Amino acid sequence: MTPVLGVEREPMKTISEARETLLTTFSDDWGSDIAALKGVPWGKAMMWVFLLSDTFIFTCFLVGYMSVRMSTVEPWPNPSEVFALHAFGASVPLLLIAIMTFVLISSSGTMAMAVNMGYQRRKEAATNLILVTALLGATFVGMQAFEWSKLILDEGVRPWTNPFGAPQFGAVFFMVTGFHGLHVSAGVIYLLTIAFRIRRGKYDESNFEIVEITGLYWHFVDLVWVFIFALFYLW
Amino acid sequence: MTQAEVPYQETMVVHHPRSWITRYWFSQDHKVISVQYGVTAIAIGLVALVLSGLMRIQIGFPGLLPFITPDIYYQAVTMHGMIMVIFLLTAFLLGAFGNFCIPLMLGARDMVFPFVNMLSYHIYLLSVLVLMASYFVPGGPTGAGWTLYPPQAILPGTPGVDWGIVTMLLSLIIFVVAFTMGGLNYITTILQARTRGMTLMRMPLTVWGLMMATVLGLLAFPALFVSAVMLLLDKLVGTSFFMPAVVSFGQPLEHSGGSPLLFQHLFWFFGHPEVYIVALPAFGVVSELISVHSRKNIFGYRMMVWALVAIGVLSFVVWAHHMYVAGMHPYFGFFFATTTLVIAVPTAIKVYNWVLTLWKANIRLTVPMLFALAFILTFVVGGLSGLFLGNVIIDVPLSDTYFVVAHFHMVMGVAPILVIFGGIYHWYPKLTGRLLNNTLGHVHFWVTFLGTYAIYYPMHYLGFIGVPRRYYANGMESVFYPESAATLNEFITIAALVVGLMQFVFVYNLIASYFRGKAAGSNPWDATTLEWQTLKTPPSHGNWGDTLPTVHRWAYDYSVPGEEQDFVPQNVERKP
Repeated sequence: MTPVLGVEREPMKTISEARETLLTTFSDDWGSDIAALKGVPWGKAMMWVFLLSDTFIFTCFLVGYMSVRMSTVEPWPNPSEVFALHAFGASVPLLLIAIMTFVLISSSGTMAMAVNMGYQRRKEAATNLILVTALLGATFVGMQAFEWSKLILDEGVRPWTNPFGAPQFGAVFFMVTGFHGLHVSAGVIYLLTIAFRIRRGKYDESNFEIVEITGLYWHFVDLVWVFIFALFYLW
Repeated sequence: MTQAEVPYQETMVVHHPRSWITRYWFSQDHKVISVQYGVTAIAIGLVALVLSGLMRIQIGFPGLLPFITPDIYYQAVTMHGMIMVIFLLTAFLLGAFGNFCIPLMLGARDMVFPFVNMLSYHIYLLSVLVLMASYFVPGGPTGAGWTLYPPQAILPGTPGVDWGIVTMLLSLIIFVVAFTMGGLNYITTILQARTRGMTLMRMPLTVWGLMMATVLGLLAFPALFVSAVMLLLDKLVGTSFFMPAVVSFGQPLEHSGGSPLLFQHLFWFFGHPEVYIVALPAFGVVSELISVHSRKNIFGYRMMVWALVAIGVLSFVVWAHHMYVAGMHPYFGFFFATTTLVIAVPTAIKVYNWVLTLWKANIRLTVPMLFALAFILTFVVGGLSGLFLGNVIIDVPLSDTYFVVAHFHMVMGVAPILVIFGGIYHWYPKLTGRLLNNTLGHVHFWVTFLGTYAIYYPMHYLGFIGVPRRYYANGMESVFYPESAATLNEFITIAALVVGLMQFVFVYNLIASYFRGKAAGSNPWDATTLEWQTLKTPPSHGNWGDTLPTVHRWAYDYSVPGEEQDFVPQNVERKP
């Protein structure tokens, strides 16, 4: 064994040896004692598993949506007409949704910056960025509330009927965006809690991986929105 | 030392209870939570047992108990099925065995997030209470059958259509939340909180079974959650996810354009993995029991692990074999029949390995071992009738008969219950420090085991001659089968009542032995796994003393040549 860059390393191997070593190291790492995912905090591992499970929930909702869209006997409404907004004297399709999507995607950016600040132990900056993220999330929910009230009050869309066509349109719309909105709202509360706790010094002993764990959830909610946006508003 | 080198569990601070209520009610100790899960599941299971007794009396002796109206009968069918599958089997195997075995067998102090674990139990309790509330709401519980198929589940004419179906669906939604909280804990504990030396391939098969079952649960319960939410919206808000245009009692309803088949797909996408959520922990536990009580290492450990994984993966691509009678394209039928039959391969590997473990072993016919052996027999019988039902062309005529009742009770009703009994007899000494009464245990075993066959063997025959299942009373169609069918039903009912009553003897044994049972010692079965190596019996809060145990060998070092004892615990160092 020769020290390379100050680390004791095995001598070079042939390709087939290396391939074998790669596979065995891979399985040895996973199968070794204590932890399958080395250095991964419990909370982070748990969040990943939770998100996997939550993915299945949203997948089932979206598959259900596609299925009723096929089974319904009435024509499906044209989303670019339903979700148009009158602005500057013209009907702009998907204007509100575009802004909402932009806000939510931006919040993912600020969240990622918060994670970075957390690992640099810059508590103040991390807290502020988390608060900005929460504010953007709250803005998203607020705009969603505006969208819902416009559809319900002005256009008469109901879960069981709507003036544009298939009654399943309203049903799926309120169910899926509502469930996603609940996720965003829960995320905002989650972010505020974490920001408050960081400020109080609860995580000073750790290396602020909690910010990353919170971020995982937030990015997930964001990613789900991309699918809802594509499958619901663009299709 | 960098952070990766210090296992988190070494620095884990176990929450110490300060008062009675945090020690026994809102406890964060996995052992207490395990008992809470177990007691609740057994209590609710006894309710389901009584319901099945009522059903059997109606089937065997129609009209004997005049208060069993068709409504009461269908409500009993529904509640019996749902309670047994979800609130007893799933909750007991994962909630009780999972909570007890995972930290103890892996050498952890507790689950990774004890507070979430505590919440998990209490939310489960809430779901049970909501379910039981069904019996106290106007109209009683739903009588839609445990599959809750729309449209009939939410249409007038089905018992409990006003309130019962709502409490049922809410209860399921709450249960999914509870399960998710528990399941996240189980997986994270198994993946991330094992003790030094406990590699994945040294884990006892019980833990492997629990882990795979939890993975299945976390991926399958979402489908149940979604179908319950959508059905609830159809019922309460008037959406039409699952409701086509329906004329009900001469009146066209508001619904139109929904797909009842969508519900069946979602339900069985949950429902089939659910079979394995129940079966995989049972496989794991039974592997443990067989190895310990036959004083021999489990045959083909690696194959056993990979078979668990293969069954878990395959269980997600077979769901539509529950829907052959709903009608489907023949190619789909072919696909699902093929995948269904392919599952027989890893399952057969497991059965062969259990049998080969027994071969030339020093078998101790203790009560847990008897239950384990009974499991193999029962599971093989149920599995073989599954081969019949997996084929479209045989399933279609048999699907609505007692053959199916016999099949699924054998394979996923009785077989896992036998393992639960075996597991209780096996771990009760560690949990309480006392042995269960052996004589009562033998009586319980023989009556339950033979009684099971007296109940379900004849049902296969009933199914073949065409007796339909779920019927309150047989009418005109009974001219097609001989009168002996009625006699056979009487016989089955009597057997079922005897078996049912025997379970109360078991419950008596559980309670009486807690106070008067023989002292067990720390390792009554001479087992190798870590839970038998704790300093105290029952294990104290935090499970281990100041230091966590270190594992030096796999879980099945039985009858190793050259050793003084016929077992070597996992935490004993290897000889140089």
